[in-house]
Order: sequence, then C-alpha cells, then structure tokens
Amino acid sequence: MTEKDIIDTILTKHGREGTRLLQILREVQEALGWLSPPAITAIARGIGWPRAKVEATAAFYSFFHLRPRGKYCLLWSDNIIDRMQGSRELMHRLCEKLWLEPGRLSEDGLVFVHTTSDIGMGDQGPALLINYRVATAMTPERVDAMAELIRAQTPLAEWPAEWFAVADNVRKAGPLLSSFTPGSALRAALARGAEAQLAEIGASRLRGRGGAGFPTQRKWQACREAPLKEGQTRIVICNADEGEPGTFKDRLLLTRYADLVFEGMTIAAYVLGARKGFLYLRGEYRYLLEALDAKLDERRRAGLLGHAILGVADFDFDIEIHLGAGAYVCGEESALIESLEGKPGRPRVRPPFPVTHGYLEQPTIVNNVETFACVTRIAEHGAEWFARLGTPQSTGTKLFSVSGDVVRPGIYEYPFGTTVAEVLEAAGVAQCVQGVQVSGASGTTLTGDELSRRLCFEDVPTAGALMVFDCRRDMFEAARNFAHFFAHESCGFCTPCRVGTQVVARLMDKLAAGHGSQYDIQELSKLSRLMKNASHCGLGQTACNPIVDTLAKFRPAYERRLMTLDFVPAFDLDAELSQARQMTRRDDEAAHLFTAQG
Amino acid sequence: MSEKTTFWLDGAEIPFTAGQTLLEAARRAGHYIPHLCWHPDYKPHGSCKLCTVKVDGRFVSACTTLAQAGAHVENRTAELDDMRRTLLQLLFVEGNHFCPSCEKSGQCLLQATAYELGMMSPHFDHFFPNRPVDASHPEVMLDFNRCILCSLCEQAAKRDGKFTFVMGGRGMRGRRVILNSESGRLADTDFSSTDHAAHVCPVGVILKKRVGFAVPYGQRRYDQAPVSLLDVAEAIK
Repeated sequence: MTEKDIIDTILTKHGREGTRLLQILREVQEALGWLSPPAITAIARGIGWPRAKVEATAAFYSFFHLRPRGKYCLLWSDNIIDRMQGSRELMHRLCEKLWLEPGRLSEDGLVFVHTTSDIGMGDQGPALLINYRVATAMTPERVDAMAELIRAQTPLAEWPAEWFAVADNVRKAGPLLSSFTPGSALRAALARGAEAQLAEIGASRLRGRGGAGFPTQRKWQACREAPLKEGQTRIVICNADEGEPGTFKDRLLLTRYADLVFEGMTIAAYVLGARKGFLYLRGEYRYLLEALDAKLDERRRAGLLGHAILGVADFDFDIEIHLGAGAYVCGEESALIESLEGKPGRPRVRPPFPVTHGYLEQPTIVNNVETFACVTRIAEHGAEWFARLGTPQSTGTKLFSVSGDVVRPGIYEYPFGTTVAEVLEAAGVAQCVQGVQVSGASGTTLTGDELSRRLCFEDVPTAGALMVFDCRRDMFEAARNFAHFFAHESCGFCTPCRVGTQVVARLMDKLAAGHGSQYDIQELSKLSRLMKNASHCGLGQTACNPIVDTLAKFRPAYERRLMTLDFVPAFDLDAELSQARQMTRRDDEAAHLFTAQG
Repeated sequence: MSEKTTFWLDGAEIPFTAGQTLLEAARRAGHYIPHLCWHPDYKPHGSCKLCTVKVDGRFVSACTTLAQAGAHVENRTAELDDMRRTLLQLLFVEGNHFCPSCEKSGQCLLQATAYELGMMSPHFDHFFPNRPVDASHPEVMLDFNRCILCSLCEQAAKRDGKFTFVMGGRGMRGRRVILNSESGRLADTDFSSTDHAAHVCPVGVILKKRVGFAVPYGQRRYDQAPVSLLDVAEAIK
C-alpha cells in the first residue's frame, strides 16, 4: 500500500469526520512513523478542513510528530517520583550506550530518547513509553539489553513481554473495589426511574473525584435542564485523562473495573436522556484501548449499551473511546471537549459552561472515572449506604495513588476523612517523612508534622495522589520538577501562564545552579501571585502551588542554595564557553574563566 | 429586577446595555482599560490578560466578562497596573522586540501600552527565541519575532472566508501562527494584501513591503497622544 492508500483507509475508517482528527492523526502516525507535510495535507483534504487547522492540532500534542522520530522512540516518565527511582540515570545510560543525546534523533534516524510528563506508573517506575507502549520497572540490566535490541533493530513484538507488564498493586480494597455484576446497578436505576435516580445521587452527596469536588447531582441537574436545539442530544463524557503527576488510580479502575465506569456513564445517560458518550483516555494509556473496546462490545452484546438498552424503548446510548495525545491541559473539562472536537486542547472562555454548551455546543457533563464508578455503587447500594461512608461534606470512599518513599506503593481505598498518617502507615514508611505532596503537582505540600491532617474536602482536598518524600530528599528538587512540568504543559493561550511558567522554571534552575539570591525568591512570589490571579484556567492558576507551599514550609531548601543575599545574574561567563570547549575538545585550566561564580 | 443598568469603574458610574462587556461599556463611556488582543471589530479572545480587572474582589478579563448592574470594578489601581506591567515585560522577553529599528515603532500597540503603563525595562532575562521571517510574498512580509499571539490575524482572515493564519502548537516554545500551506510560506497561501488580515496586526509582524518608514518617527500615531486617549477617542467618535 502506498502512503496515500494507508491514509485513505484510515480516513474512511473514521468516516472522514473532523471530530475524529486526533484518532486519525495517531493512526496515520502509527502506520507511517511521523506526520509529514504531505500527510497533513492529505488528512486535511480528507476531512475537509483547512490545512492550517489540522497542523495546528497536530502541533499542539506532544505525541504527534511533525518531524521524523525514528524507528524507536523512547520517552522516560519524568515525574519527581520516577527521578527518585533513578529514571534520569537510566535514560543517560541508555543514551550513552546508543551514542546519542536526549531529545535529538540519532544520526542514522533510528532512535530518539527523551523525557515525557508522568505516564501514570509511579508505583512501578522507572517507567517509559517505547513507541507509546508502557514499559515499567526499569533496571540498568534491562536498559543494557534494550540498547542491544535497538542496535540489532529487533521488532518491538520480539522484546521481552515482562517489560511491558503493568501491575495493579491494589494494597487496600474497599466497597468501591469489590466484585460487581454488570447490569445490576443499571437495572436498579431503571427501577427507580430517572428523576429518582438523580435524587439518589443528590442524597448521596457525591462530589466529583477529579479534585475540585463539585456536587455531581448539581452538574447533572444543570445539564438535564439545559434546552436542546433541533438535532442535539446530551453528552456524557468520562474524563480518563489522568495526567496529574503522581496519580494512577484511574488506570486501575479502567484495567480491572471498567464495567463500573461504563455502567456509571450509562446511568448518567439514563438520568440525562443522553444518547452519546465518550471515554477520553489519555494517550499514555494507549495500551488499554483494545481491552476497553472489547469491554464495550461485551456490554453491547449484553444489551447494556446500544439500542433500547435492557429493553427500554427509546433508551439509546453508546460510548466511543477517544485517545488523547500527551497534553495535561486536556484534563480541564473544556479543553478536553475541544480535543474531542479535533482541536488543540485549549480551555474555553467560560461561561457558557459545558453543562449548557459542551461538545459541539450540546449540553454535556464531564466527570472523573472514579466519579462514574461511585455512581454505579450508589445506584446499586443506595444513597444512604454511600453517605454513611466518609465525612459529612465528603461522602464515600476515595482511591489514593501512593508513591515515592513507601514500602508498598500502589492503590489504597479509604473513606474520606482518613488521615495522611493512616494511609502512610499502611503503605509503610521506612524513614522519617519529610513531606507529602497531596493531589499532584498542582496540589498541597504537607510537612512531616502535618500527617494528622485529614484527606477530605473539609481539610486537605485531593484527587487521590500522595507522593511521599523521606528525609533524604530535597523538597526544592520536587518543586523544580513540577515547575518544569507546568512549563511543558502550559497550552500557551494566555500570557501569564505561557511565559510565566517558563520564567518560573528558569528561576528555579538559576537557584539550582547556585546563582540565586533573595531577590529571585521574591521574583518567584511575585510571579506566583500574577499567575494565580491572571491566568485563563486552573493550570496557570495552580502551577505555582508547590513553589508557594515549599517556600513557606521548606524555606531552608531554597536558602541553602543562595550564593549571597544580593542579586546575582543568571549569566555565567564560564558556562558560555562550554560549547567552544566542546568543539576544541579542551577542558584544561586555560580553557576556563574563573569568576566569582566558580 | 433592578432597573439600574450601570456599574462602577474606579468609582465612576458606567452605563451599559445588556450583553455589553466591561471593556466595551467602559470604553464607550470614555474610560480606558488596557488591552492588546482585543479589537473592536472582532470577537474578544481573552488571551493577553492586559485587561484583567477586579470585579467585587475577583480577577476577570474585562473583554470577555459581561457587565453586571451594580458591580464594583477596579481598573487603574496600583495593584492591577503592576500586574499589567509584569505581563508586558513577559511579552517583551518572550519575543524579540527591537523597538528602535522596528518599522512599527510609534504605531505599535504593545509599545504604546508599555509607555502608558510606565514600563521602564524588560526586567526579566530575554529568551531570544529563534523565530523565522517570511519574505516569500511579493507584497507583504511576516516578522514573527514581534508576534504576541493575539490571534487577530486569524480572526481577520476568517472575515474574508480564509484560514491563512491559524493559531496552533503548544506552550511558549510551540504556540505560533501556522500558515495555511504545505510549504508553510505565505506566498503559497491564498493571502492577498487587500485582506483584512493585512492591516490588523497590532504589532509589527504583518508589514507591507516597500512602504517602510513613509511616516517618520516622531509623527506617528502614538507620538501624537498616548494610547489611553486615542483608544477612548476612537470609541466615542
């Protein structure tokens, strides 16, 4: 088949729909290796979009390549937890073996090695994506073997299968993570009726599990009441773009409890009268796609999806899976909807909110994976049962993704209101705890003295990530890692976030290099305020949370890096000569400038 | 329902009609709210954030926020102008802005706004990005060194039914104007120098060739009066 035929087959498979653009781009790239200018032109013609719009989308997502990426593309997960597990050393080891630099395609066009944002394997790192397949638990031995396989150009299918194994690591299961008979909750919901089921959700006081904790019933009610225009339907979206560093609980739900999630979506469709649903699955979880598609088929065959569900006339609903392509910002609901429409994931100006103007301007709810799983349990066991768990304002149980310096990293299910100490005790902490990053990079940093704080909306709100740092760790490095994460993930729409995240990352590097002063710390505080107040969406507004928290609680980690209390420029004369030294292969004393900075 | 359709801007009472944004209503009433990506002929974009104001204690973009009766809006306060100065500085270090040799100097909204807000230096270290110049088109050249990503060229092209310019890519190092041709060159798009997009750029990216410096420095638009006066005068006339 020629390239043109390959592209044409993929376009036809997706009905030449622009809303399927991300899926088309991914499949074309999987087939051809990269997205060449003629390929972009052909796709644009195929879906009837202006070429520039297709390129605009392709250029937005980290996993789409407008330049060749080689036969092997290896992207190391670069969260602070992966780094603590030795990911950087392993990446450099691999690069040395292959004679290449991170971020640069090898001379022969064979291999590309670089970093990527957290891929959701914090409990089994160091992990990486090999041609967008997850590989876990890397060791120096595996890396050495990997270099050999690449040099010999061994096809990926012949690589050791155990490298690609993803463990569940369920350490403590509760009522959410228990056995389930597909269809049972949906039947209970149908028996109740749509309005009573919505009231049941209200009575359960269920709040969104994505972090913000918005009451689910209120969101659904608003969507249910939103007027429909001719030809419109209501839309149910499951946000499986689990991109918050340190979080991996949705991975487990989608691997082992997909029925809970899909059934929750179907119950939502019943309550709202929605006919269409989407699971927006982050690109990093590409490896789950086939199994999830098979699960949807199974549910269709069981009459739990499709036309006249469970024999109820007019109850038509189906779910499509859309894969993301490496963009944290798509976890923001309006950016996610933009992405579903085939566009760059740029958060919309709100209002209007998705509940009235969402996917293709239709009333839309977007809920977290875990929220839908809770909906299913509420339909199954009733609101009263659910509301008895947890605390008054945070009912139910919560899944926690625990990683970092613990003996047993993995998934823990506890009722809301459980203290950090209780979770850590179960996870096992060998050393003293210096800090815990709750709810990911944009969350809250707690010190070892705050472990009696409770995980719930009344105290420390959380989407479920706990990253643990013991006394050997450097909390400044955690904050610096997060600063680079946000600089990489900013969509670039608004000035404060686009440029602010970059300036902040650069200031953190300046401090790390030992060129910082009190002045730079003040600059960080000033930029934090600006970004919090002026940014367009939550990404920019929360990007400096870890810096504000660590500055307040771990200030010595910053101050011991300061050279002097006066201003010092970031510009380092000697460092500027490094390229000249590299070119002349000199490193002797005369090739260095010895300045005050060393 | 209250009959009153006014809000308060820095203590002044501003009348408005339903559906008007804070920025439109303020401007109509003779009050300047700094802005870069906003343009009276196009839908508000809300990306530059220069028009950030405080409504009853909450920060919002004045260009996308609808006026509400009785709201108390802070605009030219020390706090907000300080934020705006920092935003301008961020824009200056993000691109490559060499005002003294720029053909747009004196007619540039970015420069004029920086003067208005008393920005004395770029403050932050420059990023010195490597951005291309596109001189492929016979009549118009593009110097992306000066781009502030306002998206007005995209919107203006759409007015002519074209997609010459589309905002794409991600983050500071990726976000850019993407040209609608396989080569990525302006000459290979359907752009014409009579398009609305040819005249909309608030900074010096889209420049007509062979007419450079026709009006000497010192006699240009913002040499006559500050942007705060000109912007409002335009709205009232």
